[in-house]
Amino acid sequence: MNALLETRGLSRDFGGLRAVDRVDFSLMPGEIRALIGPNGAGKTTFVSLVCGRIEPSAGTIVFDGEDITALPAHRRVRLGIAYTFQITSVFSNLSVFDNVALAVQRTLADGRSQGRLRAGVIEALERVGLADRASLPAGQLAYGHQRLLEVAMGLALRPRLMVLDEPTQGLGDSEIENFIALAREIAASATVLLIEHNMDVVMQLAHRITVLEAGRVLAEGTPEAIRADEAVQRAYLGGGA
Amino acid sequence: MGFGPHLLLAVLEGLVTSAVLALTALGLSLVFGVMRVVNVAHGELFMLGAVLAWAVATAVGGSPALGFVAALVIAPLIVGAVAALAEQLVLRRVDYDPEATIVATIGLLYILQQLALTFYGADARPVPPPFNIRLALPWFGYSAYKLSIIATSTVLLLLSWLVLTHTRAGLIMRATQYDRETAQAFGIPVGRVYAAVFAIGAMLAAVAAVLIVPISQAHYLMGQDPLLLSFAVVIIGGLGSLRGTVVAALLIGISDGVISMFFSPTLAKLIATLAVAMVLVFRPQGLFGKAAR
Amino acid sequence: MNGSARLWLLHAAVVALLVALNFLLPAYHHGLMARILVLATFAMGYNLTFGYGGLLSLGHAMFFAAGLYGAGLGIQHLGLGVPAAFLAGLACGAALALLAGLLALRTTGVAFMIVTLMFSQAFHLAILYFSAFTGGDQGLVLRPQQRRIETALGTLDLTDPTTRYLTALALFAVVLFAMLAIVRSGFGRVLVAIRENEERARMLGYDTFASRLAALVTSGTICAAAGAAYGLLFGYVGANFASVQYSILPLLWVLLGGAATTLGPLFGTVFMYYLIDIASGYTSAYMLAVGVILILLVLFFRKGLLGTLRERWLRWLP
Repeated sequence: MNALLETRGLSRDFGGLRAVDRVDFSLMPGEIRALIGPNGAGKTTFVSLVCGRIEPSAGTIVFDGEDITALPAHRRVRLGIAYTFQITSVFSNLSVFDNVALAVQRTLADGRSQGRLRAGVIEALERVGLADRASLPAGQLAYGHQRLLEVAMGLALRPRLMVLDEPTQGLGDSEIENFIALAREIAASATVLLIEHNMDVVMQLAHRITVLEAGRVLAEGTPEAIRADEAVQRAYLGGGA
Repeated sequence: MGFGPHLLLAVLEGLVTSAVLALTALGLSLVFGVMRVVNVAHGELFMLGAVLAWAVATAVGGSPALGFVAALVIAPLIVGAVAALAEQLVLRRVDYDPEATIVATIGLLYILQQLALTFYGADARPVPPPFNIRLALPWFGYSAYKLSIIATSTVLLLLSWLVLTHTRAGLIMRATQYDRETAQAFGIPVGRVYAAVFAIGAMLAAVAAVLIVPISQAHYLMGQDPLLLSFAVVIIGGLGSLRGTVVAALLIGISDGVISMFFSPTLAKLIATLAVAMVLVFRPQGLFGKAAR
Repeated sequence: MNGSARLWLLHAAVVALLVALNFLLPAYHHGLMARILVLATFAMGYNLTFGYGGLLSLGHAMFFAAGLYGAGLGIQHLGLGVPAAFLAGLACGAALALLAGLLALRTTGVAFMIVTLMFSQAFHLAILYFSAFTGGDQGLVLRPQQRRIETALGTLDLTDPTTRYLTALALFAVVLFAMLAIVRSGFGRVLVAIRENEERARMLGYDTFASRLAALVTSGTICAAAGAAYGLLFGYVGANFASVQYSILPLLWVLLGGAATTLGPLFGTVFMYYLIDIASGYTSAYMLAVGVILILLVLFFRKGLLGTLRERWLRWLP
């Protein structure tokens, strides 16, 4: 089976600092992959390179067999790479419905069909449990609900690769439980690349884990293997604990 | 007169334009550099300086030199006060939001223009030059006063450079420009610095205007060209760069002089305007500025 | 009644009221209102980029003037008829907007304001420079016989006050309903999304440059339509309409009426025009009023008439 996403020697410098350093990475279709590492390890920079929000200094990115290194971000989204923002950035002056409609209308061949637009929006909102709040301005939603709206917008793009950047940050325990269920559901139709600090979430969800440190891949493997890895423990999981 | 002398004359005229332009543009650049706002009323503050120069010189009477010197001192002070007032009453209240500031200074532009028309009238009036000496060059006579404008402007620019780089006031300005929040945290009264910078920017324009009135007369619509050309200078020279401002003022002033003499003033302005737009589109850091990383 | 029907009815009612005014207004106000309707169309075009697109242009006078001169020069030098001249005006505006947009939209914020200002200024200067062709400062006067449309049913004479008013209103109504359709369409939603958060819109797969360019070209074309109609209806093609002042005025009208509202430009234009008309009865210092109102709007009334109305009471207004 061919990898859905593959990077070769991917690097990015900010001035003198090398935020991502020659990363070779590959992701199989249907996988849930967690990306972990201490703060400043280059996780968000790495996924930003994958999504095209920033340009790489060196290296290539291949998505589903196609070299996308030079593609602008919006074209990558159209190929099926969806990104949900680490800092919630829904359109707070627009209604919840309009937020999701923006995602749905782009995937419709005929953007003018109001009926299908409505159905698509409601379906995405139902999957995250926000259907009853469709007419509220997004800015008036509670924080946890705004995170869910972000996910709904990602879902509505019908992506093949869903990049979730710290989706559980700032959520309460019960909300995290719900999110884990939602993430499993997403994984049924898309490959998931997840940046996450909450190790419980990572251990429950991830098929495989990639550990970044100082811009490089420190280790990669199953949750069990990562948990047992001494280098990872030293760098990340709290020393010799 | 042959081509050579003609060109010399054009270059001399261009140098006078450059001298006035460099001062005016420095005012605009200073305000943008420190406060990050574009003052669209800058040209009208220039106009106000010229009109006030006429008013002061007329009120003082006596010898032209006395009237001119009085105007050179008083007009910029009044213009500075007007600018400081506008800064306090309007700019501060929109919190220096860039777009709101532009709209508000457009409003100020209309107000100043109308007040000048109402109280000063639609006529163009000259201020007599402080001295009337013609230097006899082999090909044509040239006004010594015009040459003195170039000298005065050079001195003022050097002085500005010294103040900006070698005094405490300059340090405070640069600190505020660099980072408003941090400056505030270090106890710099950012509000007062802004008011002062806005006033100084206006005063530079007013000084330039007083220098030019003996040659070009004061008129209520005279603010438009200086505004346009100052924009050109600031943008082409690169923001916040004194050296860039001077180089760009020379470039634009002299090419304005040459194109105006051999072709037409309208064409000169047309070219300057398009040059500004293209520089902003393709090289936003200016021709002489360094690219932001 | 559902929301959509209510909106169309509201806008139809406004147009119906304007039709009724044709029969009710005394001659002076009738003439003034015809002018206002054309200028309100200009303001609606401006509102598409400024209000919905969040792009503060200081150069829309060039699009109005492109329509004005495209139509005027077409009649004067090519001997075009009125409909062809109108279309020529539209084409000039659209082409200029495309060119200006391709360049200016590479910049944002203050740089965009200055670039559009400079382009418009260059356009104004070009009109003055090529005075042999454009009439320079003096402009061109279109003769009454150049402003007639011969149809199978008879002659439509644009110098006749009623024809003039109704033609202006027809243009206004077409653009008003087009604006209503645009802002309620997917494209309108995308435009607002880009204004609110460009980066997020891009990560939903939108080519934000292309969307903005489409908005600017549409806006430029509408403004050119207003300019062409102004020349044809009132018979004068002047360089004054390309000056900075005519870039500032639509900004003022839209700010006053309410940016990003469909009916705001009409109310802003009517209000401002009558204010100046009344003020000029007492004083010649009408520019003072323009200046003071601009500053007051920025200080205390950022959302304008309909924007405030929508925020406080009528959330459903488009």
